[in-house]
Amino acid sequence: MSEFRDVVVTGIGLVSCAGEGIAAHLAALGAGAPARTDTETFAPYTVHPVAPLALDGQIPKKSDQRQMEPWQRLGVYAAGLALESAGVKGDAELKGRMHLVVSAGGGERDTAVDGAILTGLRAAEDTGAYLNEHLQNDLRPTLFLAQLSNLLAGNIGIVHGVTGASRTFMGEEAAGTDALRIAQARIASGQVDCMLVGGSYSAERPDVMVIHEMGGYLRARDFRPVFDRVPEDEAGFILGSAAAFLVLEAAEHAASRGARALARLGPVGSDRTKRAPGSTEASLAALWAATGLAAPDVVIAGATGVAPVTAEEGAALARLAPGVSVTALGDLTGHSLETTAPFGVALAAALVSEKGLREVAVTVVGHRRGEGVIRVTAA
Amino acid sequence: MTNQSFRDAKGRDAKGRPLVAVTGLGIVTSLGQGQADNWAALTAGRSGIHAIRRFPTDGLRTRIAGTVDFLDTAPLVAPALSQRFAEAAADEAIAQSGIGRPGDFPGALFIAVPPVEIEWPQRQALAEASGQTGPITYTDLQRAAASRRFDPWHDLFIFGTVADQIADRFGTKGSPISLSTACSSGATAIQLGVEAIRRGEVTAALCIGTDGSVNPESLIRFSLLSALSTQNDPPEAASKPFSKNRDGFVMGEGAGALVLEDAQAARARGAKILGYVLGCGEKGDGFHRTRSSPDGAPGIAAIRAALDDAGTEPDAIDTVNAHGTSTPENDKMEAMSCAAVFGDRIRALPVSSNKSMIGHTLTAAGAVEAVISLLTIAHGRIPPTINYAVPDPAIPLDIVAQARDVPVRRVLSNSFGFGGQNTCLVLADEPA
Repeated sequence: MSEFRDVVVTGIGLVSCAGEGIAAHLAALGAGAPARTDTETFAPYTVHPVAPLALDGQIPKKSDQRQMEPWQRLGVYAAGLALESAGVKGDAELKGRMHLVVSAGGGERDTAVDGAILTGLRAAEDTGAYLNEHLQNDLRPTLFLAQLSNLLAGNIGIVHGVTGASRTFMGEEAAGTDALRIAQARIASGQVDCMLVGGSYSAERPDVMVIHEMGGYLRARDFRPVFDRVPEDEAGFILGSAAAFLVLEAAEHAASRGARALARLGPVGSDRTKRAPGSTEASLAALWAATGLAAPDVVIAGATGVAPVTAEEGAALARLAPGVSVTALGDLTGHSLETTAPFGVALAAALVSEKGLREVAVTVVGHRRGEGVIRVTAA
Repeated sequence: MTNQSFRDAKGRDAKGRPLVAVTGLGIVTSLGQGQADNWAALTAGRSGIHAIRRFPTDGLRTRIAGTVDFLDTAPLVAPALSQRFAEAAADEAIAQSGIGRPGDFPGALFIAVPPVEIEWPQRQALAEASGQTGPITYTDLQRAAASRRFDPWHDLFIFGTVADQIADRFGTKGSPISLSTACSSGATAIQLGVEAIRRGEVTAALCIGTDGSVNPESLIRFSLLSALSTQNDPPEAASKPFSKNRDGFVMGEGAGALVLEDAQAARARGAKILGYVLGCGEKGDGFHRTRSSPDGAPGIAAIRAALDDAGTEPDAIDTVNAHGTSTPENDKMEAMSCAAVFGDRIRALPVSSNKSMIGHTLTAAGAVEAVISLLTIAHGRIPPTINYAVPDPAIPLDIVAQARDVPVRRVLSNSFGFGGQNTCLVLADEPA
């Protein structure tokens, strides 16, 4: 297959603590701190909670809303915004052949049930039998469907009728970069014409804080700008609820249906280098060159705030794009793991289409692994 | 025509894309480790389903599974087991293919892994370490996590670690992809590898499906959806795909690994080609979260897409390696979908489900069953669907109840999953 086609962004759907949609996020971009910060609900951890959403607008059936947990509702909502923005929400034929790549985790818990079982296990004579009995009696059967990673994609199929076929990538920050990489490559090579790609993350869950506190990756302090989280005892990420979806199309496919191309997405640079001093910086430099970035007007950095990789990401950007304004996504939305890359690219596309920027760079450095560099240009 | 140009012509399919050859296979199931042990057991009609010994099953409606008990890990948790099975399968596949050098696989990694979560023994340990003597909440678990005593569990219970460790061990190139399409994940891993080779991004891909998630909560979740067989006694008779008295699937564990290569590159290095992935097809289903469209249209579309992608007519398929879970719904829908695609020929087309012996290996199933499909081609023998004692009159298929010796050139391998996932593969001895 020798054909390589331009890949354009024709739809954007964004949800975060800054609100919903393109305008709200562009307005919030220069603020320097997320619009919503909650230091109390999950103390000692700070969280950037999602702005209130009128779910009915994108998920009209209450029965569908009830069948999902927050990470799925956010994702389905943002996917609906993206389809609307691309002007395809009512195009059943196109949605029926639209493919989907989701980057997501999953694993939503019923924290009350977990707590009660843990409390009961302490006094149980036969812990195995106790666990079996209480899991069987106390777990909501449908909770499983909020735990399976691929059930965000499943719900997007059910609610929005996007039923070409879906794949779900897991694996924290790198999953988002690779979802974009595979989607872009499949469209560019002619394997598919049109895709919905994105991710969703709900930070308002105490169980995810247990996972990220282990290892010491979570910041148990108030907000501080991501690149200012030095020295090391200031390091760490603050989780934020966010979802981002993009409609990607072959340029000619978009043109043939009269859709406006908001931005062009270049081949996505992604790699996984073994973490060692300087390896992240070197990897970003190599990917930067491979993606053909020339002179970006701004950089959106997916930096987590974790040491030492965030300092390396900052140092790499200072060398690769000297004097260019760098916005840390964490200063807008908080950290949203698998959603970071799609969110950054959606925002970059919005800057190109609404603010007239010519070239925007997005970087994604996972808290444990994975580096990504993505080039978004004017269509 | 020179020898070289002949090779060039054979290196591409009818659509002009690089042909995708299989040069290495690896398999782990409850029946054993490796192709030889699995093939012997599968063709003998032996079951790997047994009473669960890994954890207490008191009070459970389902107390059987096809766990892999001969490989273990510490701690014994799903991601660690999944990694161990994947390593064993990949070791075998890479050794057979002879590709690269040890620890230096010259291609990409696509791995289907079960969704990862912290498990109950670890939750209990955190609860205990918190010192809380009243009701336990997640605040207590957070406080225990902050003690730094449990830091290694972060990596153990995040989603990307299994792929990362496999990438390190085998030296695959680039960012490894961990994926889930529920019970069709293993087939999707193969599809991603095929697509990357066809795009010319890589000349080799290590595609793995692995699953070691038989633990109390996973089992109970499926049980609460009434998806599992409750016919615990005898365990080996519980999984009975396409039978009238089928009552659910049996969870299984294992891994399947395939080394895929650009056929031309494989030939150029003198590799033995075991077969080809001629085509992959997929179709989403927006009908329901766990049930398929009543008209079977998405399943039918996925099969047709795989045949189209392979450039193959239905008549060229010699046998169907069915998804055949042994749930009332899946088997009915799958039979209906096959009948729609194959027409009257479906009554004489051998169909078999490996799950009758190994259970449903979930995330791994598509890869495990692709490996078995390629062994079926290599040996000219179709493994049986055991426990097919009471045929379902509503399913007019030629179910292979005893191992059957027939020449097999092309296999259709089906995988269907929760969330509207349908993925089908066409595997063959030679290019179309």
